[in-house]
Amino acid sequence: MKRYSALSLLAGALTGHRRWSQAWRTPELRKSYDVVLVGAGGHGLATAYYLAKKHGIRNIAILEKGHLGGGSVGRNTQVTRSNYFWPESAAFFDHSLKLYESMSVDLNFNVMLSQRGILTLAHSHHDLEALRRWANAIQVNEIDSELLTPGDVKRIAPLIRMDGRYPVHGGFIQRRGGISRHDAVAWAYARAASALGVDIIQQCEVTGLTIAGNRIRGVETSRGPITTSKLALCVAGHTSVLAAMAGIRVPVNSMTLQAMVSEPIKPCLDTIVLSPIVHMYVSQSDRGEIVLGGGADVYTSYSQRGGVPVLQETVSALTELFPAFSRLRLMRQWAGIVDITPDTTPLMGKTPVEGLYISGGWGTGGYKAIPAGGDTMAHTIANDSPHPLIASFGLDRFASGALIDEGAASGVAH
Amino acid sequence: MMQLPCPYCGVRDEDEFRFGGQSHITRPDLNCSDAEWADYLFCRDNPQGVHFERWLHAFGCGRWFNLARHTVTHEILACYRMGEPKPNVTGDAA
Ligand SMILES: Cc1cc2nc3c(=O)[nH]c(=O)nc-3n(C[C@H](O)[C@H](O)[C@H](O)COP(=O)(O)OP(=O)(O)OC[C@H]3O[C@@H](n4cnc5c(N)ncnc54)[C@H](O)[C@@H]3O)c2cc1C
Ligand SMILES: [Zn+2]
Repeated sequence: MKRYSALSLLAGALTGHRRWSQAWRTPELRKSYDVVLVGAGGHGLATAYYLAKKHGIRNIAILEKGHLGGGSVGRNTQVTRSNYFWPESAAFFDHSLKLYESMSVDLNFNVMLSQRGILTLAHSHHDLEALRRWANAIQVNEIDSELLTPGDVKRIAPLIRMDGRYPVHGGFIQRRGGISRHDAVAWAYARAASALGVDIIQQCEVTGLTIAGNRIRGVETSRGPITTSKLALCVAGHTSVLAAMAGIRVPVNSMTLQAMVSEPIKPCLDTIVLSPIVHMYVSQSDRGEIVLGGGADVYTSYSQRGGVPVLQETVSALTELFPAFSRLRLMRQWAGIVDITPDTTPLMGKTPVEGLYISGGWGTGGYKAIPAGGDTMAHTIANDSPHPLIASFGLDRFASGALIDEGAASGVAH
Repeated sequence: MMQLPCPYCGVRDEDEFRFGGQSHITRPDLNCSDAEWADYLFCRDNPQGVHFERWLHAFGCGRWFNLARHTVTHEILACYRMGEPKPNVTGDAA
């Protein structure tokens, strides 16, 4: 792997950008691997990297039916934060945020992390009470959160209308929250994993799992069978489809989540603003576009196309809260498939089939989880035992009743 | 905009309706195991293909009904009343 540096950038520029080498290899598919990961999204790529880097397992294939980064990892709104309510989620997501904080250096790839803060709004006295409780829980979890008065909110985001249809009664901010460049995160892990020997195989769809004696033996793919004794499903929105190939039912609903961007304008919003009540969140990209998202389209769907009603709701919530944005034109709108669990906590760990692991249930918030998801999944696969941080995220929590109900506790989970 | 056929009112825009999840779920015997009960409470079919599901015509007649809808194309393959059996439809998996 050629290291990137200021000097290599300069050399690249001086040679007209004709001399850059490929960031990752395009290997031939082999017949057998120690570990096979299905899905080259953020979680598949990060899991491969940590398996190779921390556990010395390098004979790994990542099988991707489309192209690397073409799933939700390249469709999300890039929000990273760790302001969760329950201690289990807080510990996991703060581990992730810390890994984001060092990712550009660790992976020698600028992922453009910008810790501009995530500001959550309260629109009524009752909202404010709920936010107080939430912000307090975050502090008890030893994570930064600050309650804000309406005056503070106005200072941080002057374009917000304070006394409109959704009056602002205050809010709270996690200053370490932020955004980063999602393609760069996928590419950074792909490049680093490939350099350690991981084979990233694109255009290779997994069509069946080979199981004998309750053990994983291999996979059927559109490019022929492969044998392996360890396999992890890192397919996010398709978790139910792949788990069904092993006869496993998972408590997941696949839905559409959409996002949209406006035309670019001058810098005017330097934080992420989120309103759980009107279900809208917004930030401004480095290119100047206003990036916004809202709730999921509320029916089961694998279409990857968002419907008009949610788009309208999201845009009208934005223009109500930021009247200045009402003149902007939307440039693009798109959607991804999100795999939502009943408690909105991820679904990670072992399955009833030996050697088969699941990393899913990422729902609307799995981008921020990529480094921790990869790190803990790699540990789980290497040791055939769940990493302590995800011990309570297993499939068994539904029968035992030990849910981690972030959905009820902290609402919108992007 | 998806348009859904209400068996009582006819075709209307999707934003008149509320989604009610999978149809035809039957509660297991109360002596069942915790795993069966968890499956009943939390696991749904979630197919990439034809889905049998309930809808409420919330901003219309206010009545529930069933649809068979393809989850990739959103094509409506059948519309039938509550209590009627699952129709025999198969969509070409997209
Ligand atoms: C519009 C939108 C906004 C979002 N905003 C945020 C946000 O701000 N913050 C946040 O934390 N999260 C956000 N999310 C959620 C986040 O993007 C996802 O939870 C996360 O990316 C999922 O993990 P992944 O990257 O591994 O999945 P993906 O990138 O979807 O990877 C899964 C891969 O599996 C492949 N695959 C599927 N089936 C097969 C098969 N049979 N064989 C081979 N390969 C297969 C797919 O092609 C895909 O590439 C958002 C999602 C969307 C759609
Ligand atoms: Zn009706």
